[in-house]
Amino acid sequence: MKVEREELLHIAKLANLKISEDEIDKYLLNLQDILNFANVVNKAPVEGLKETIGTNSNYNVFRKDQVVEFEDQESLLQNAPEEEGHMFKIPKVIN
Amino acid sequence: MSRDDYEVVIGLEVHAELSTKTKIFCSCKTEFGGEPNTHCCPVCMAMPGALPVLNEKVLEYAVKAGLAMNSSISRDSKNDRKNYFYPDLPKSYQISQFDKPLCEHGYVEIEVHDGEKKKIGITRIHIEEDAGKLNHDDYGRCSLVDLNRAGVPLIEIVSEPDMRSVEEADIYLKKIKSILEYIEVSDCKMQEGSLRADVNISVRKRGQKEFGTRTEMKNMNSFKSISRALEYEIERQISVVENGGVIEQETLRWDEVSGKTFSMRDKEDAQDYRYFPEPDLAPIRLSEEYIENIRKNLPELPETRKQRYLNEYKLTEKEANTLTASKYLSDFFEKGVKISKNPKAICNWLLSDIARILNEKEFEPEDIPFTPEDLAELIGLIEKGTISSKIAKDVLEEMFENPKRPSKIIEEKGWVQISDENAIREIVLKIIGENPQSVSDFKNGKDKALGFLVGQAMKETKGKANPQMLNKMFQELM
Amino acid sequence: MDITELTVHELKERLDKCEITSEEITKAYLERIDEKEPDIDAFVTRLDQDAIKRAKEIDLSKKENKKLGEYAGIPIGIKDNMCTKGIKTTCSSRMLENFISPYDGTVVDKVLNQENMINLGKLNMDEFAMGSSTENSYFKKTRNPWDLSRVPGGSSGGSAAAVAANMVPWALGSDTGGSIRQPASLCGVVGLKPTYGLVSRYGLVAFASSLDQIGPITKDVKDSAILLSLIAGHDEKDTTSIDIPKKDYTLDLKNNVKGLRIGVSKEFFGDGINQEVKDALQQAIEKYKELGAIVEDTSLDIAEYALATYYIIACAEASSNLGRFDGIRYGYRTKNYETLKDIFINSRSEGFGAEVKRRIILGTYVLSSGYYDAYYKKAQQVRTLVKNEFAKNLEKYDILLTPTSPITAFRFGEKSENPLEMYLSDICTVSVNVAGLPGISIPCGLDKNGMPIGMQLIGNYFQEGTILNAAYTYEMNTHFRENYKPTFKGGNN
Repeated sequence: MKVEREELLHIAKLANLKISEDEIDKYLLNLQDILNFANVVNKAPVEGLKETIGTNSNYNVFRKDQVVEFEDQESLLQNAPEEEGHMFKIPKVIN
Repeated sequence: MSRDDYEVVIGLEVHAELSTKTKIFCSCKTEFGGEPNTHCCPVCMAMPGALPVLNEKVLEYAVKAGLAMNSSISRDSKNDRKNYFYPDLPKSYQISQFDKPLCEHGYVEIEVHDGEKKKIGITRIHIEEDAGKLNHDDYGRCSLVDLNRAGVPLIEIVSEPDMRSVEEADIYLKKIKSILEYIEVSDCKMQEGSLRADVNISVRKRGQKEFGTRTEMKNMNSFKSISRALEYEIERQISVVENGGVIEQETLRWDEVSGKTFSMRDKEDAQDYRYFPEPDLAPIRLSEEYIENIRKNLPELPETRKQRYLNEYKLTEKEANTLTASKYLSDFFEKGVKISKNPKAICNWLLSDIARILNEKEFEPEDIPFTPEDLAELIGLIEKGTISSKIAKDVLEEMFENPKRPSKIIEEKGWVQISDENAIREIVLKIIGENPQSVSDFKNGKDKALGFLVGQAMKETKGKANPQMLNKMFQELM
Repeated sequence: MDITELTVHELKERLDKCEITSEEITKAYLERIDEKEPDIDAFVTRLDQDAIKRAKEIDLSKKENKKLGEYAGIPIGIKDNMCTKGIKTTCSSRMLENFISPYDGTVVDKVLNQENMINLGKLNMDEFAMGSSTENSYFKKTRNPWDLSRVPGGSSGGSAAAVAANMVPWALGSDTGGSIRQPASLCGVVGLKPTYGLVSRYGLVAFASSLDQIGPITKDVKDSAILLSLIAGHDEKDTTSIDIPKKDYTLDLKNNVKGLRIGVSKEFFGDGINQEVKDALQQAIEKYKELGAIVEDTSLDIAEYALATYYIIACAEASSNLGRFDGIRYGYRTKNYETLKDIFINSRSEGFGAEVKRRIILGTYVLSSGYYDAYYKKAQQVRTLVKNEFAKNLEKYDILLTPTSPITAFRFGEKSENPLEMYLSDICTVSVNVAGLPGISIPCGLDKNGMPIGMQLIGNYFQEGTILNAAYTYEMNTHFRENYKPTFKGGNN
């Protein structure tokens, strides 16, 4: 599959990444290279095989509905780039 | 062509917050409100390295809802990630369910206006996490992220596009709310956002087979605004079609103030959520036994309870319907009946005077400030003749304003009915003495005069005299 | 006696006999770090003051007979993608340059708070564990102690180099596609990737959730068994962690491989594998035969499929896992913004390095509508295929023997220009992660440049004991550590 320039830019947008003009060609080339290689999965003899969901055989791992308060609430905000009123401050968002 | 030439097609996606003690993937409390970012931990704040663990109650509640809505429960299920960036979504993905929801192929039955029954299909019910909240500072310069709500468990109930009128949508939503309340999995407080709906709507010419293009309105959280928004959107869509225009598939924003819907074009290009199985959570496999156990312990549903009211308490269809529509009201009723043994009276009070006051105050049944015991006592006081029904109404008002036991209110206000024979005799003699004209009118066969005299006696006693005894005494003494 | 030459089990003996104190050990290591860090650059964060303080406290507690962990007072180094409360956890990324975790991850809690080990510092790595050379660190390039002009491997390059250079007695690494075993191989030390689910991932900053595992990087196999015993075990905070009884893996070390069935897959000895690596492995095979193991050729033709599958799944999961770095709650925030969108895009574009961005783009691509079925879904099917093929082989053999890396340590910049070539160097290790199996890398010789060659032993699920015993037996009969030492040559930085 050939990756088009617009497609790369669309993907970057979905990922919230900016690719500068002079990087685009390099990214395209890399991506194309890797995807060409990754394509071998489409040659694998997988007919009739189920997808692997969960690396191991664990299932039904649940938690009891019991409140445990996190001991150090303040530390949860200590890394905030900007804080106001114990909330994370961001530019105005119009809903 | 007129509106009647068009058929309306409505589907609802209802989000209900589950009333578990803790969040869906961590042990933080779900309580509404609280200081911002205090019901949080590394998991719901999406700190690097933190991992989710599913709350077993969430699963149980979702299965309960599925069974109450006649769904089949998936034996094999899993969680998936729905990826998108938004500041209220700390992981930048919502853990939800994509291709293997917990419940599928259900339905609920609603009663449309003339008692006719209609099944509304439930496509699926799945579990997912709620997002946080964006607040705005006082000057509108910035937004502030509060993650107390992030990770509160939700079920999303997706209906088939089976509703054909605004009324049906309204009844359906009320039905869903009532079922969720009965099975006690959600408190359904719409004003707190614990029940909200995304509404899909399209119109088509009658007889046309394929659906029209639909528009969607997200996060509606009052019955009133849903109905208003739907009415507006139906008119808008019809007028677009009538004028030869094309409906665009889009998400609209309902503006309560202007009463209009607006396009949300800033949502840019179509979303691509890149769903994939959540690798941090082990898959879910439900046994027959697990499901049966929940089915067996399912509480009484509104429909069953209604039938019981018809048979056991001989209520009318309308009374039973109204009472059972709200679990709270209906529970209130039953507790009252247990004490007063007078279902008819409890029902009357709830559906007339209490309903009127709730309506005036814009209260929900949950806001009734007194207990069923209080109401039963009030009725008992009337039955015993301690107060008249007229005074009882004043007592009720007082119970709303200044909640106290009715007997206490009566005592404090001195509203006890005068039923003492001697006291009544004295009053009657006094009134007879003061109104010779009426007495003679009465003696001349004018029955109306008796009413006037009793009225005068009531006035004299500020309504406290026992009216039956007054009547009797007047007739005796005249 | 040079304290830093000793293995942990040797240190422990001396500690138990009170021949040495924790303070002495810690000081010896800090001196060694002072001496070698300018050459190696293994640390992102050093904790010299804390370490000495802790060591003194532990020595005191010991005197007072307070209850302490069995390995109390032994220093350790921790890869910088494991959350440590109150100490920076950077993932060697500009994105987390100043990030201080509000909590200790489960494994960190075990070694530091329950075992009372002493944290010497946080070790360098490829940014967010993405890479095979540690060249993708935002902060520094870590050099290979055997030749300072060469890479230590990656992504746990700081951990492997620090252990090889005796700057820490042992270290924790994480392995998503070979990130413990490959640097261990390139630095001539022992690296073990446990069965997926044996060790809790809680507090490990996720790269690819379904592949990541924490494991030990140690001087010898016995230390590996010891550290694994300490960190393994069920954790309620990680639903992928398996609930099996705890065990002491040192009890599996028998120095005996008689009758052990070893499968050697010819597909892992193909054209892409350096001849000197093949030769060293062949000698190791002969050694095993000599020691009484039954060695047979077998076929396991999944390496290429597994590698492609690995990059699809790892990048897909990473693209989602790294979405949380959005400049709002923690981490780098761009100076250059007006709108929220600016914060998202610029913080991420400036905060992440090239390789991380490349993998996010690739991962986003394979999950996006229209490509999901062709890549992600297919890869999940291939994953089943890989598991099945391993299962067939592990019915016949107790362990499978392969090279750890097709090549020995390469020079800086040699592969960083071509991402695909770098990815191909993971060909021997990734299939183990794709299947979720345990694998260990132990040194088995040097190439003509004097660079270590690693051998990988793969076992069945939760059979860490089997591969540890096979590795131990080989080690006891070949004495790599006694024969060879890092030379710190080629250093003119």
